[in-house]
Amino acid sequence: MNGAESHALLLDRGNLKRRNRVSKLVSLSSTIAALLAVAVLLIVVGSVLSKGIGALSIHFLTTPMGLFGDTTGGISNAIVGTGIIVGIAALMAIPVGMLVAIYTTEFAPDRIGHAIRFVLDLLNGVPTIITGIFVYGLMVAGNRQSGFAGSVALAIIMLPIVARTAQEVLALVPGALKEAAYALGIARWRTLLRVTLPTAAGGLLTGSLLAVARVAGETAPLILTCSIFGQGLLTEPGEALASIPIFIFQSSESPSPEAHTQAWAAALILIVFVLVLNIIARAFYARSRKRMGA
Amino acid sequence: MDSRDPAETLAMTEQNPEPQASPEAGAGLPRSTISIAGESATTPAKRSREIGNVELQGLNAYYGSNHAVRNVSLGFDSAKVTAIIGPSGCGKSTMVRCINRMHEEIAGARSEGRVLLDGLDLYDPRIDIVAVRRSVGMVFQKPNPFPTMSVIDNVTAGLRLTGASRGELEERGHQALIGAGLWDEVKDRLKGPGVGLSGGQQQRLCIARALAVDPEVLLMDEPCSALDPMATLRIEELIGELKERVTIVIVTHNMQQAARVADTTVFMLDGELVEVGPTDEIFTKPNDDRTEQYVTGKFG
Repeated sequence: MNGAESHALLLDRGNLKRRNRVSKLVSLSSTIAALLAVAVLLIVVGSVLSKGIGALSIHFLTTPMGLFGDTTGGISNAIVGTGIIVGIAALMAIPVGMLVAIYTTEFAPDRIGHAIRFVLDLLNGVPTIITGIFVYGLMVAGNRQSGFAGSVALAIIMLPIVARTAQEVLALVPGALKEAAYALGIARWRTLLRVTLPTAAGGLLTGSLLAVARVAGETAPLILTCSIFGQGLLTEPGEALASIPIFIFQSSESPSPEAHTQAWAAALILIVFVLVLNIIARAFYARSRKRMGA
Repeated sequence: MDSRDPAETLAMTEQNPEPQASPEAGAGLPRSTISIAGESATTPAKRSREIGNVELQGLNAYYGSNHAVRNVSLGFDSAKVTAIIGPSGCGKSTMVRCINRMHEEIAGARSEGRVLLDGLDLYDPRIDIVAVRRSVGMVFQKPNPFPTMSVIDNVTAGLRLTGASRGELEERGHQALIGAGLWDEVKDRLKGPGVGLSGGQQQRLCIARALAVDPEVLLMDEPCSALDPMATLRIEELIGELKERVTIVIVTHNMQQAARVADTTVFMLDGELVEVGPTDEIFTKPNDDRTEQYVTGKFG
């Protein structure tokens, strides 16, 4: 067999063109799909921006909303209300979620850990309207709506997000670090506080911020638990509070075009808030990964 | 708990003849000596090399049903370096991890038999595991400084829980860094991150961290396997300096390293102790054929 004959094995055997075509097709279609995803985000942000920016003003941000149908007011009460409702929800969900994650990754036997993870995934999949109805039945029916009831509903939605992301992050902390701490005679709980949690801090913060961003726009549970509120700037969580999602919902139901523009402006505020939280969360996560050598 | 009964030690090499008290090493620092609750809690600050003798009696270790260490009886003498050699998976690391009770941290792992530190059984149910690990320090294969801590905080990490004063922390951190031969290289960056150091420096930082709690025994599990030859040499020199202060047990894959640093060498195979002897004998005229085959590179 001479050289030319043996190299003949390297030559096209008839399907090379077809294979190249298939290869191009696959890479092209996946590129298009990726562009489409980005385009959807750009279109959403773009349309919210173009339709909402007109109504945006200092006055809009600093004045409480007027009576129904009155579009001379702003959304200061909704911004403050969302801050209070989401803040209380975070205060409830983040510590509990962290402890759940710490329990499952550091202390629970494997089988229980898996079971808890599964339950959290199920909880994460529960439609938020169901959570809203649950809290409505628990706290609102026979009583009245309140910011606190809204917080409880949002906390239930946050809990699995916080716990699952914290689990993932804690599992990334290298075992060698815990081993080093144990070998120094540092007790288990102290290793957790001094070594594991500080190492994972960035990632834990990321999960919490993402959970906050996720529930800041939740509407369905708030319609049931915290949507009939009084006038002016309310700050008492025992009463129903205004919120940005509810403002968007109610303004968009209004027949007046000015109210629609206001809804777009409020949507713009919400979307900017969520984007900023996401960007901050990403930055913390990048720092945390670097620290863990990932 | 009289720990000085030479007859009871299955020492493979002769006992250190003069019980040299080296006052300059760790002078004035309290000894961290484990004791059983109720018995004497502290020993005087004397630094006699009578302490730090480790003895294994019929040690067996398992991972689930895998019998990794099989009935090993062996002594490690204070002020000596003992190297443990043998092919991968022969139970070297597992055996060493039984000495500071790290073996049991792995799920499904357990051990039987006795490990005596100066005559005290470390597996006695009344023993505080945390105290064991402070008396028996460990350095791992890959340098693992705590990534969130500065150089100096890494060194004093094990000390901080004792409630030592700031000044004492600083002083002992300083001493540990000098002891690990790292002080000159890091004195200007004590507050910098520990993970910012080179690999060899990080490993010496880990040695300093282990020394800072003033252990009697230092276990080194292939401490140079992730390091370049220069950094390795630096660690080997350090081992020679440290053996005056602590009993050193080093697991190594590198037979030249064992020959360079160890007074005594232990050869293990398939979880069993094959041969123990003075290092030069193990490498030049071993008694067991398997040892000879291994040290001449016929397998492993």
